[in-house]
Amino acid sequence: MSRLLKFNIFRYNPQDEQSEPHMQEFVLEETDSMTLFIALNRIREEQDPSLQFDFCCRAGICGSCGMVINGRPGLACHTKTRDLPGEITLLPLPIFKLVGDLSVDTGSWFREMYTKTESWIHTDKEFDPNALEERMDNKEAVAIYELERCVECGCCVAACATARLREDFMGAAGLNRVARFLIDPRDQRTDNDYYEIIGNDMGIFGCMGLLACEDICPKHLPLQNQLGFLRRKMGITSLKRLFKK
Amino acid sequence: MQTIYTDLLVVGAGLAGERAAVEAADAGFSAICLSLVPARRSHSSAAQGGMQASLGNSVMGEGDCPDVHFADTVKGSDWGCDQEVARLFADTAPIEMRRLAHWGVPWNRVVPGKSIYYKGGKQFEKVEAQEKEGLIMARSFGGTAKWRTCYTSDGTGHAVMCTMDNRCAQVGVEVHDKTEAIAMIQDGETCYGVVARCLRTGELRVYLSKATMIASGGFGRIYPNTTNAVICDGGAHTMCVNTGVVPMGNMEAVQFHPTGIVPTDILVTEGCRGDGGTLLDVDEKRFMDKYEPEKAELASRDVVSRWMTHHMREGHGVKSPYGEHLWLDIRHLGEEHITGKLREVYEICTSFLGVNPIHQLIPVRPTQHYSMGGVRTNKDGAAYGLKGLYAAGESACWDMHGFNRLGGNSLAETVVAGGIIGKKIAEYLEGCETEFKTALISDTVKAQQARIDALVSGSNGSENVYKVRAAMQDALNKGANIFRTEEGLKECVTTLQDTLIRSKNVGLRSNGRGVNPELAAALKLEGQVKMALMLAYGALMRTESRGSHNREDYPARNDRDWLTRTLAYWKKPDDDLPTLEYEPATSVVEIPPGDRGYGKSEIISADDKKE
Ligand SMILES: Cc1cc2nc3c(=O)[nH]c(=O)nc-3n(C[C@H](O)[C@H](O)[C@H](O)COP(=O)(O)OP(=O)(O)OC[C@H]3O[C@@H](n4cnc5c(N)ncnc54)[C@H](O)[C@@H]3O)c2cc1C
Ligand code: SF4
Ligand code: SF4
Ligand code: FES
Repeated sequence: MSRLLKFNIFRYNPQDEQSEPHMQEFVLEETDSMTLFIALNRIREEQDPSLQFDFCCRAGICGSCGMVINGRPGLACHTKTRDLPGEITLLPLPIFKLVGDLSVDTGSWFREMYTKTESWIHTDKEFDPNALEERMDNKEAVAIYELERCVECGCCVAACATARLREDFMGAAGLNRVARFLIDPRDQRTDNDYYEIIGNDMGIFGCMGLLACEDICPKHLPLQNQLGFLRRKMGITSLKRLFKK
Repeated sequence: MQTIYTDLLVVGAGLAGERAAVEAADAGFSAICLSLVPARRSHSSAAQGGMQASLGNSVMGEGDCPDVHFADTVKGSDWGCDQEVARLFADTAPIEMRRLAHWGVPWNRVVPGKSIYYKGGKQFEKVEAQEKEGLIMARSFGGTAKWRTCYTSDGTGHAVMCTMDNRCAQVGVEVHDKTEAIAMIQDGETCYGVVARCLRTGELRVYLSKATMIASGGFGRIYPNTTNAVICDGGAHTMCVNTGVVPMGNMEAVQFHPTGIVPTDILVTEGCRGDGGTLLDVDEKRFMDKYEPEKAELASRDVVSRWMTHHMREGHGVKSPYGEHLWLDIRHLGEEHITGKLREVYEICTSFLGVNPIHQLIPVRPTQHYSMGGVRTNKDGAAYGLKGLYAAGESACWDMHGFNRLGGNSLAETVVAGGIIGKKIAEYLEGCETEFKTALISDTVKAQQARIDALVSGSNGSENVYKVRAAMQDALNKGANIFRTEEGLKECVTTLQDTLIRSKNVGLRSNGRGVNPELAAALKLEGQVKMALMLAYGALMRTESRGSHNREDYPARNDRDWLTRTLAYWKKPDDDLPTLEYEPATSVVEIPPGDRGYGKSEIISADDKKE
């Protein structure tokens, strides 16, 4: 016998003057292998066509569907209702600007982050279409990819205490991005260049190291290692800079 | 209303769109990409396998070159492709892969020395050459003569998409995400841009441009079951269809993949079968070995999909609340293999199904996967019918895939075509002066506003958008699926014609304010049904079997009568059928039609015509 699931969903449409933030209850019969993707679409198609939420790949690879599920930020598409109690509370991710209901604007936040971190290879080498590719060690390539796996879902930012206190905090995702370029041999930036970007309270020195980000990351990125690595590296750079003065 | 001006407007910020925009920006032009979602969430990022380019660095790729890649592509297309384009593609792919490396893609690299690999469940050994150390590595893929698929672990699309989007940020290409193009501004001769709806506020916005490119990806979502993201709904195609002058090429060419999981149709890789997995029916009995004694589960994608469907039709499917399916069994491969080499499959099964494939069967069914058809362009990527309009990537029928695209060839196409066509656009922009007619712009906006008002007020009727959409999907599923017959296609066309009328009578149930998702679905529905009709009607008229287009009543590939590309137009808004025209599949013939070397081989020769 399948369960009747009770959903408490945050509702607010900022574009509608008559809309007030509130929680709304929906009831749905659970089916086999039901995910929140299936459940929310059914609620929209059968009960309330105005319900806003974001899904894209629905396969855990694009990062669209971050939301707070029973108190914990996560990807809704790979959350099975079977793993949740009969009562499910869904809230939009905090910190990001609300678009409506469960939908938030992660795009603007991340675009700002990668403008700030200048998230691209800095090199003065020109591409030569007639030459062989430049060689790279496979281990290095794999290590870079390991950090590039971030899907920009925003869950780590939503779970971060510093990000709640400081609007300009780069978050684990931003710091991880810097680490990705720092270990890339193609990028010619120096430690000093990176210090300009993250050697402050908006960056690595704002992080309190409480681990929430790594705990929550649905892609299991090694965020703590990266934060530790950057803190040491920037600490040393900071000292070097002091002595230079 | 906000009006935004740019030299190049790209509808789509996937790999194809961003690659073209970078090319235009490098030539000194302004470029804006529109996207429904942040660029990196585009469906390009979902591709795991990799992209083909004949670098020949791996020992298993030795001797590979553009000629071999070209031949594989033409055979794969079942001689439905434009050979000039396939040639351009094969020649350029290696350069583009190297360029991506220069821009930052962490391609897996050649590690010299001994290593093991599996084929057909058996273990083999290979030795990579010392002098190739650190060059871009390749892996094996279906339908290719050599190991040619460049990859970054199991996240190729994601890694390349990140790099491309970084490059856009670096060279100043703007991406306007959460923005949906809903209508084209055009006068029947020239395209001047689009009217778009902001998905942050719901407001309409005008984008004016000297050149406009459609790079909006596939339209798999007009089927009920697909591996495609929910945003791959053909919304941007409908803008082109609605112009009446821009044809869609080969809409009947739709690729199905044997192993989408049930219920969500997420793809599990061909590697499962490659490594020795088997397909089972409701009685947990193997069946592929009966239909294809030699290759069994390892026959080509279209062949396996066909037999699976056949077997379910014979009553051997497993019933479920999500419809019928079959089982994929990889249990015998063992825990080590499954959590190692098939880690991705293991994760998909455990995260999305709650099924542990080490001990349990995986529910699968053949599912829509790739749209070979789309906005028809010439070899420069210029769309037929309108000046200043271009298309690239999965949304386009540039036509290097013909009636069946090879795995790894479409991700490579996005960057190769994006680069080539981006350059052509830059040349076009160089000599381009445009006048924007204000009346044309305001008329287009007014028409869109009127459409929205009618949907909100329900003045056209009260049809439920989701029900009409389901009717369209269901009709295609029944009639224009893996197997096609005259009877099924006729019924499909009739149902779709009825659905088309219903789509014109949709009224919203919600108030339509702000970023209303019901409104977004309603705005594209009529156009989607028209696309579905182009697909089904094109399939009905094409009385042969070629690549993925499989007519049970016409099993032979008929080169005598059908070495052609279908062009489907929706000439007048009130037509109830598309107008079909035909052109030769290719004007340049490097490889004359022959046997593909796999699948069935009944061919009516083109030579028969002359005799
Ligand atoms: C699960 C899966 C796995 C795959 N794996 C491989 C593989 O391993 N190798 C391979 O070669 N191919 C693979 N493919 C195919 C390949 O990924 C796609 O064909 C390719 O990525 C398409 O890229 P694109 O740039 O054309 O479009 P997309 O990446 O789909 O981008 C489309 C863009 O258009 C935007 N858009 C759409 N409509 C509108 C609108 N109305 N207004 C504004 N913007 C709009 C979207 O937001 C998006 O930015 C796979 C496909 C799937 C589904
Ligand atoms: S460790 Fe740092 S970045 Fe991570 S959640 Fe804590 S404060 Fe935020
Ligand atoms: S680091 Fe992890 S949690 Fe943070 S945005 Fe990236 S994928 Fe999401
Ligand atoms: S929809 Fe893509 S991660 Fe959930």
